[in-house]
Amino acid sequence: MSILVNKKTRLVVQGITGQEGSFHTEQMLDYGTNVVAGVTPGKGGETFNGVPVYNTVKDAVTYAKANTSVIFVPPAFAADAIMEAAEAGIKVVICITEGIPAADMIKAYHNIKDKGVVLIGPNCPGVISPGQAKVGIMPGFIHKAGKIGVVSRSGTLTYEAVKQLTDVGLGQSTCVGIGGDPVIGSKFAEIVKLFNEDPDTHGIIMIGEIGGSAEEEAAAYIKKFVKKPVVGFIAGRTAPAGRRMGHAGAIISGGKGTAAEKMSVMKKAGIKVVESPADMGVTMKKALEALSAKIKVPAKKAAPAKKAAPVKKAAAKKSIAKLTTKKKLVAVAKKTVKKVSKKK
Amino acid sequence: MKIHEFQGKEILRKYNVPVPRGFAATSVKEAVSAAEQLGGPVWVVKAQIHAGGRGKGGGVKVAKSIDEVKKYASEILGMTLVTHQTGPEGKLVKKLLIEEGVNIDRELYLGITLDRAISKNVVMVSTEGGMEIEKVAEESPEKIIKCAVAPFIGLQPYQARELAFALGLKGAQVASATKFLIALYKAYEATDASLAEINPLVVTKEGNVIALDAKMNFDDNAMYRHKDIEAYRDLDEEDSLEIEASKFNLNYIKLDGNVGCMVNGAGLAMATMDIIKLAGGEPANFLDVGGGANKTTVANGFKIILSDPNVKAILINIFGGIVRCDRVAQGVIDAAREIEVKLPIVVRLEGTNAKEAGVMLNESGLAFEVAGSLHEAAEKVTKVLKAS
Repeated sequence: MSILVNKKTRLVVQGITGQEGSFHTEQMLDYGTNVVAGVTPGKGGETFNGVPVYNTVKDAVTYAKANTSVIFVPPAFAADAIMEAAEAGIKVVICITEGIPAADMIKAYHNIKDKGVVLIGPNCPGVISPGQAKVGIMPGFIHKAGKIGVVSRSGTLTYEAVKQLTDVGLGQSTCVGIGGDPVIGSKFAEIVKLFNEDPDTHGIIMIGEIGGSAEEEAAAYIKKFVKKPVVGFIAGRTAPAGRRMGHAGAIISGGKGTAAEKMSVMKKAGIKVVESPADMGVTMKKALEALSAKIKVPAKKAAPAKKAAPVKKAAAKKSIAKLTTKKKLVAVAKKTVKKVSKKK
Repeated sequence: MKIHEFQGKEILRKYNVPVPRGFAATSVKEAVSAAEQLGGPVWVVKAQIHAGGRGKGGGVKVAKSIDEVKKYASEILGMTLVTHQTGPEGKLVKKLLIEEGVNIDRELYLGITLDRAISKNVVMVSTEGGMEIEKVAEESPEKIIKCAVAPFIGLQPYQARELAFALGLKGAQVASATKFLIALYKAYEATDASLAEINPLVVTKEGNVIALDAKMNFDDNAMYRHKDIEAYRDLDEEDSLEIEASKFNLNYIKLDGNVGCMVNGAGLAMATMDIIKLAGGEPANFLDVGGGANKTTVANGFKIILSDPNVKAILINIFGGIVRCDRVAQGVIDAAREIEVKLPIVVRLEGTNAKEAGVMLNESGLAFEVAGSLHEAAEKVTKVLKAS
C-alpha cells in the first residue's frame, strides 16, 4: 500500500495546457500515472496527449471520474483552483504552484477545511508512490518501490533523501512534499499520521527546515503514537535570523523556528535526528536493522523467526490469531521486546 | 518586503489609524523646515533605517527647540547606526522622520501577524510596550494576549474590546483603542502585510490611542497587486550583491563565511550550507539557482559569489531531476572557463546522467574537485580548505 496516491488515482491536471502543466503531464504519463483529465477554462473539448481537456473541474469529475487533482496554474489563480477542486468533490488536491499570496491561501485553507479533502502544498514537488503513481514534478527514476515514507518541506532535498534511501537498498512507500510556504494544506503531523496508519510503511523520514513550528507539532504526535522508526533532519542550521531562505516559510522570526530548537524537540520525541543531510539514508537503514535485531533476539528463544520484518503495531495488537504463523512469532517476539523495554 | 517607519505611517494614515503628525527629511534643511511646519514645543528626530532598536543606538532624539532639531538632525544624518538588528557593521542613516512630540501616559505593544500553526492572523497585545517583544514572550509569556482572527469576517469589535480591556484601558480609551485595532487590522489585510507592529502603542495624557512607531512588512508574493507599496522599496537598505543577483533571477543572500555555494532548490541550499559548516567551513552565502542551471545562470552565480572577497572555495551542489546533469556540467565548465575562476571548486552533480557529468568535469582540464555523494562533497570541502 501507500498513502494519498496509488494505482486507483484518477488524476486531473489543472492548467494542463500551460508550459509547466503540459511538460509535467507528459512526464507523469510516461511514469504510468493514470491521468484521466485536464482542465483549462475555455479549452474544453480539446485533447492533450490523448487526455481530454475540460472547462471546469466539475466536468472532469462528472465525465472522467477524476478523484485527485494536481495544480499548475499561475500563483494569482491557484487559490481559486484549489477551492474549485475541493468543491467539485476531488479528494486529494496537490498544488505545485509557487508564489501564492499568503492571504489567498488563508482563505482557501479555511474554505476547503470541512469538505473532506486533503490538500498537499502549495509550493511543493508533489506526491509519488513509486511504481504506482507520480503526481508532481519529481524525477521518477530516482525512486524505488518499498517501505519507507518520506515527508519534506523541500523539493531537491527530498530527492537527495530518496536517492540515499535507494542507494542503501531501501525503497519508498510514498514521498510527500508538503511545501515551503507559511500556509500549507497538510503539515508534517498529518502526513506522519497517514504513514503511521499505513501497514506497508515501516519507517519514516521527516525533513524539516527553519521557521514555524510544524516539526515540533509532528514530534509531539510521534512521541505519543508512532512506534515505527523516524529519522529526522532540519535544514538551515547556519541560516541567519530574520532572513527568508528561498522558501516563503523558511524564516527565523522573533527568535522562534531555529534549527537547534527543532532538533532538540525532535530528539526528545525519540526521532533519530541526523546532524548531516548526508546521513539520512544510512541512519534509516541502521534503525531498521536495529529494530529487526531487537525482534530476532527474543524470537530465538521461542522459535526461529528468520525474517523479522517490522509489522504494523496496531495490526499485531488486533488479532494475533488472524496472522500467519510466521507473523505470529514476530508479533509475540515484539510483545516480549515491549515488556523487556518497559522493565528498563 | 520591508519599508521605513515614515512610509508605514503614510499607509496607516490612509486607513485612519491615528499616528503623530510628521514629515520625512533627507537633509538638515528639510528637517528644520519640517519642524517649523509642525510647530513646537517638542519634536522627535528619528533615524529611518530598516532595523529596530534605533532608540538605544542613538538614532532617536527628542528636541526642545528648532536649534536642537538642527543639531540632532545633523548628528543622526550620515551616522552609522548600530543596533541589535543591524549587525556589527551597522547601517548608514540617509533619511529622518521629524514628528510632533506626544504626551505619553502609557506605552503598550500591538502586533498583527500570521500564526502558521492555525493558518489565521493573530492580533497580539501586551502592557509591556517599548520592550523587545521577543524578550517578553520568553520571560513572561502570560503578558502577551492573543486573539485569532476568523478569515472572511476579519477582526470584530468585541474582540478588539476584549483586547482593550485586557490592556487595562478605561472609559473613552476603550472606544479609542477599539477603533484603532479595527482600523489597523483593515490596513494589514488590505495591503497584504505579513507584519504590522506598533511598539510602542501609546495612550496619551489626553486619552488618545496613537501609533508612536510603525513597522510593516509585506508578503513578497502579493506585491504584484500593490504597485504603490512596491514603490516604497528602498534599495539603499538592501545588499548590493543581493540586488544584482535578483536581476539574474538568482535567490542570493550574503553571509559572513568563506565557502561560497551554488545549489538548486531552497531546502537543498540550506542543507548544503549546513554541510559546509560540518566540513569545517562557514557558508559565505545562500544561493538558489532554481530549476534551469545552465551556463548563463552558473556564470552569473560565479560572478556574484566571486565579488565577495571572503570566499576561499566554492561548492556547487545540483540535483538534476528534470534538468540533466551533463547539461549542468557543460554549463559549469563553460562558465568556469569564461570567468576564469581561480578558487578551488568542489562540484557535486547528482541525478539524471550524473556519471557522464562526472567524466566531463574530470576531463575538462579544469581543476574541479568532483564529488559523487553529499558526504564526499563535505570531505572535499574540508580538503580544499586545509590546502588553502
